Amino acid sequence: MERFAALLDALVYTRRRTEKLALLADYLRETADPDRGWSLAALTGGLDFPAVKSSTVRNLLMERVDPVLFQLSRDYVGDTAETASLLWPGTDNPSPPSVSEAVEALGRMTRNSVRHDLAALLDRLDVSGRFALLKLATGALRIGISARLAKVAFAQAFGVSVDEIEEYWHGIEPPYAALFDWAARGAPPPRCDDQPVFRPFMLAHPLEETELDLKEFAAEWKWDGIRVQLVHVAGATRLYSRSGDDISVSFPEIAEALPFPAVLDGELLVRGSHQGGESGGAASFNALQQRLGRKTVPRKLLAEAPAFLRVYDLLMIDGDDVRPLPWVERRNRLEAIMDRLDSGRFDLSELIGATRFEDLDQLRAAGRDNAIEGIMLKRRDSPYVAGRRTGLWYKWKRDPLLVDCVLMYAQRGSGKRSSFYSDFTFGCWDGDPGEGAELLPVGKAYFGFTDEELKWLDSHVRRHTVNRFGPVRETDRSLVFEVAFDSVHRSKRHKSGLAMRFPRINRIRTDKPAHEADRLEALQALVVD
Amino acid sequence: MTAKHWIRAEPQGLYVEPADCWIDPSRPVDTALVTHGHADHARGGHGCTMATPETLAVMDLRYGTDGRARPVAYGEDVMLAGKVRATFHPAGHVLGSAQILLEHAGERVLVTGDYKRRPDPTCRPFAVTPCDIFITEATFGLPVFRHPPTGLEIDRLRETSKAHPDRAVLVGAYALGKAQRIIAELRQSGHDAPIFLHGALERMCRLYEELGVPLGDLRPVADTAKDEMAGRIVLCPPSALNDRWSRRLPDPITAMASGWMRIRQRARQRNVELPLIISDHADWDELTATIEEVDPAECWITHGREDGLLRWCALHQRRARALALVGFEDEDD
Ligand SMILES: [Zn+2]
Repeated sequence: MERFAALLDALVYTRRRTEKLALLADYLRETADPDRGWSLAALTGGLDFPAVKSSTVRNLLMERVDPVLFQLSRDYVGDTAETASLLWPGTDNPSPPSVSEAVEALGRMTRNSVRHDLAALLDRLDVSGRFALLKLATGALRIGISARLAKVAFAQAFGVSVDEIEEYWHGIEPPYAALFDWAARGAPPPRCDDQPVFRPFMLAHPLEETELDLKEFAAEWKWDGIRVQLVHVAGATRLYSRSGDDISVSFPEIAEALPFPAVLDGELLVRGSHQGGESGGAASFNALQQRLGRKTVPRKLLAEAPAFLRVYDLLMIDGDDVRPLPWVERRNRLEAIMDRLDSGRFDLSELIGATRFEDLDQLRAAGRDNAIEGIMLKRRDSPYVAGRRTGLWYKWKRDPLLVDCVLMYAQRGSGKRSSFYSDFTFGCWDGDPGEGAELLPVGKAYFGFTDEELKWLDSHVRRHTVNRFGPVRETDRSLVFEVAFDSVHRSKRHKSGLAMRFPRINRIRTDKPAHEADRLEALQALVVD
Repeated sequence: MTAKHWIRAEPQGLYVEPADCWIDPSRPVDTALVTHGHADHARGGHGCTMATPETLAVMDLRYGTDGRARPVAYGEDVMLAGKVRATFHPAGHVLGSAQILLEHAGERVLVTGDYKRRPDPTCRPFAVTPCDIFITEATFGLPVFRHPPTGLEIDRLRETSKAHPDRAVLVGAYALGKAQRIIAELRQSGHDAPIFLHGALERMCRLYEELGVPLGDLRPVADTAKDEMAGRIVLCPPSALNDRWSRRLPDPITAMASGWMRIRQRARQRNVELPLIISDHADWDELTATIEEVDPAECWITHGREDGLLRWCALHQRRARALALVGFEDEDD
């Protein structure tokens, strides 16, 4: 437990990703089984001890510390676990349990035994140990470590590929003995082909200044929904988001619609006519957004915004893993199963029939209505492999939209950028600036510029500050940015009523006076929904 | 009785009526008794300032000389007007810091200013002084504040520096007291290497040395090439930690020496990578133990987390009340 506690403390205060990775990798390499497995579970959110709640901890403290002093302290510290770790009557001779011992003890606790048993564990630890134990027990580490980062660290620790870890991850349980046996001791990898688990997606590289031979590459539209995986294995069906989250409950109509064993890769969309007109059949991303994140879906919404899956690829069919097959083969099999699927819930992502690259380029330029995001290019002989592999799949986004905005506010960044003003909020004019129009914020961007440009921007902000609000500085609104973005949508959250997708600073326009920046109308004209 | 008491709390400080003088007033007054040199206790512009010679030297450095200065040595008897006797006793907070004992009409009132109980190589230790009314600070007046042994924190600082020979460790430390104490503690632990200073710390360190506190090999950051500071410890005021100034150091690790560093969120908010829990204020255990030891008839609690200490007094059947004084800030302490 001491080592795990020290790791948590170090992670809390470490800002850089590379240093976090190094800390985690060292820990995973140097700690014994099964402690490291349980720790990995804690870091990836894989532990749950129903008997231990935040309220349990609070009640335990109230029995030992004056309730008023506890409450004053809790209000000041802001975190129950940390407050409790500091207030718990300390011991001069700690005899800390191992992580496994603690996890086993926590797992055995019931609502009746928790008061006694959790107290007994806390009595054996020092301040850091108590903090680690309480964080582990209540399941909310909140120390800025994502599950993905923990897996990347695991890969780094043992020199294995993170894609492979992702492949096995969803089929294994804490403390992941099979995963450590494989990575650290060279045992055969864990099996997961008999469970409805998430398989990692194959991803595409952006296409930059390359011309591809369309005899080797197939082209299809890149639709603007969310990429999902629909899995039917061993009699169970699950719908997974791109990050591997199970979103079946938000889209019951999709999860119910796959009646045979298969794993499909596709774009989740809502019926409508914004994307690609009537024949495109899909509503805008905004329409899909209202369906996301719901635990239950009202019947009215199911009828008004029915979801469907536009299928891109086939990973498994009737128990066969077809990922090693070339794309053409998989495509043939996919086409062959389409008539076994409900056409109201599934359609096939159409291939674009162009044979010359120039034609494709033209289609892409015109394609803002047809397919909002651009074009996908897939090597016809590519197997389905996890992650991003050079030379196999490309996404060819249509050119970004551009608008000239005025810098309004700047905020300090984090980590390496914490001494720089690097997060910029910019706005457009709500009318004629000569007639007293005002700037309204339309977006925020923190990338798109070089390190040199960042230094320059930082010093601009410092020289042109007119107001400070905590970490934020308001500038004198003299600097124009050319902002690039993928699309713009209506939004109630912003005073301008608009929200950009993926805005970034494309160019710093020192040559352009602020009053010549764009007006809101220019952005409004680009709204597609 | 408190309403008519001969010492009373006014918004701008403690007023001693029979002597017509103030203690640590936040505005210019005719006669001020000053406990120590921190800016929220010592202000310039008084007609006459009574303080220890060290505190007067600090004030002189900060505000220049204006008005009359009346140095009072520890233990020296001073008769004020209105038959009020004043004596200054070490408070263990920073160099020259004093508790001021006032005696009048057979009653003893002790104003502690700020204080701590653990050893500090740069100043005289807190002297337990019997009194009837004990006026105490409450900066760390919550039981979550228990400062670890200073030596452990200094060890962590040295180990971090040793583990990163290509980076500087930049320690944010309050310019009066904390910075010199960190240096002195480092020296005591055997750290002889040069320590580099932000310009805002240089004069105060020099003054400490003139007043007899040796600090070893100190060098200004301004005169030093970037790579010479790799593997070294650098001190700056807390406000400079995330400032552009820090870019002249080799890939600095941000540290901060303060009692607030006990709370993770406070450290994270300031982008601190190495929190050092070193404070010049009494922690919870020191506050409560001091009250027990001094054992006054009554406690008056001033700046900080008064609620916590008031509650403790109530739980221990001690008479106590909170004084509402303005102008006291949570120092970066
Ligand atoms: Zn002070």
